[in-house]
Amino acid sequence: MFDAFARLVAFQVLRLSPESHLGAAIHFFVMDVVKIFVLLVLVIYVMGLLRAMLSPERVRAFVRDRPDWQARGMAVTLGAVTPFCSCSSVPLFIGFVEAGIPLGVTFSFLIASPMINEVAAVILVGVLGWKLAALYVAAGLLVAWFGGIAMQAFRPERWVEDYVWKIHMGEAAMIEPDKSLMGRHRYAVGEVREIVGRIWLWVLIGVGVGALFHGFVPAGWVTAHLGGDDWYTVPAAVLLGIPLYSNATGIIPVAEAMLGKGVAVGTTLALMMSVAALSLPEMLILRKVIRWQALALFAGVLAVAFTLVGWGFNLIT
Amino acid sequence: MKKFKVLGGGCRNCEVTANAITQAAREAGVEIELVKVTDMAEILGFGVMSTPGVVLDGKVVHAGSIPGPDQIRAWVRE
Repeated sequence: MFDAFARLVAFQVLRLSPESHLGAAIHFFVMDVVKIFVLLVLVIYVMGLLRAMLSPERVRAFVRDRPDWQARGMAVTLGAVTPFCSCSSVPLFIGFVEAGIPLGVTFSFLIASPMINEVAAVILVGVLGWKLAALYVAAGLLVAWFGGIAMQAFRPERWVEDYVWKIHMGEAAMIEPDKSLMGRHRYAVGEVREIVGRIWLWVLIGVGVGALFHGFVPAGWVTAHLGGDDWYTVPAAVLLGIPLYSNATGIIPVAEAMLGKGVAVGTTLALMMSVAALSLPEMLILRKVIRWQALALFAGVLAVAFTLVGWGFNLIT
Repeated sequence: MKKFKVLGGGCRNCEVTANAITQAAREAGVEIELVKVTDMAEILGFGVMSTPGVVLDGKVVHAGSIPGPDQIRAWVRE
């Protein structure tokens, strides 16, 4: 359906040749823009109706006072279904610390949350298929799990700013949601507006980059250089992703174009995770609560983890 | 007079929320007092971890997103 529409636009209306670079790029662009936005609106609306998204306050209540492995398991899975604005990461961090949740568990949550979310997961399935979606989610959970454990090993408590320990959190505000059908509908529409409003530009940029890659980068060159035979392509992808930032959904069309041209699966996953989870502006926000040693360690642990995951997947696929 | 507090570390969503409340009050012809709270200790003191949050007359009425226009109108008028 999306393909037919994109063909109509690119090859009939604009009269481009399917063999031309521009034709291929425009076809990709139209198809992905329409497909991703339709999926986005649908998924967010349905999730909103079900009220399937959790608030960080609720996660905190679930995770506190549990043994380490249980807390971590919950932090990782709940992180995947808890969307929060990056400007919330500071109060969130403090709230977790105040609840006595170990820092390693908090880091697991901070890694999982931007990298995996149910919206991106559904769009991954729609664009790249079940297998890759499962691979990406599994890789993300692994990194979040072990990344948090690795952080803990360095005793990051010593790098937390002093004032954080002194803050006392009030009785967590649990706002009773309107459970009527109309209330759910209003909430769902609000969510669609808020989330699409926040990420539409990332998606457009992502599709644009994907379209250029798809239309103009020769497949022969890609297979020769990025096919996964050279060990350094994975760390290179991770390094490339550090200064680049996009929402987890925005990076999907880029991955689609890369995989289509024959870039190795592990290399693509490493880039996706690095772009979605390792972002300098977001790290700098955390500087308000932890000192730069902890930030550098956090970036280092993630970069190593993404590289290992990339190599691993390149080996087994 | 209704007293509003918008909780948030100064991000864009918090600005948008504060402006929306000010505007809704002006449209309704209701006089309100609005304070932007950026101090983390005070924000967490209200039990709010996800910003922007809205406090109306000392009670948290919203957290975690930009509130909808209907909701804001209801707060201003009720």
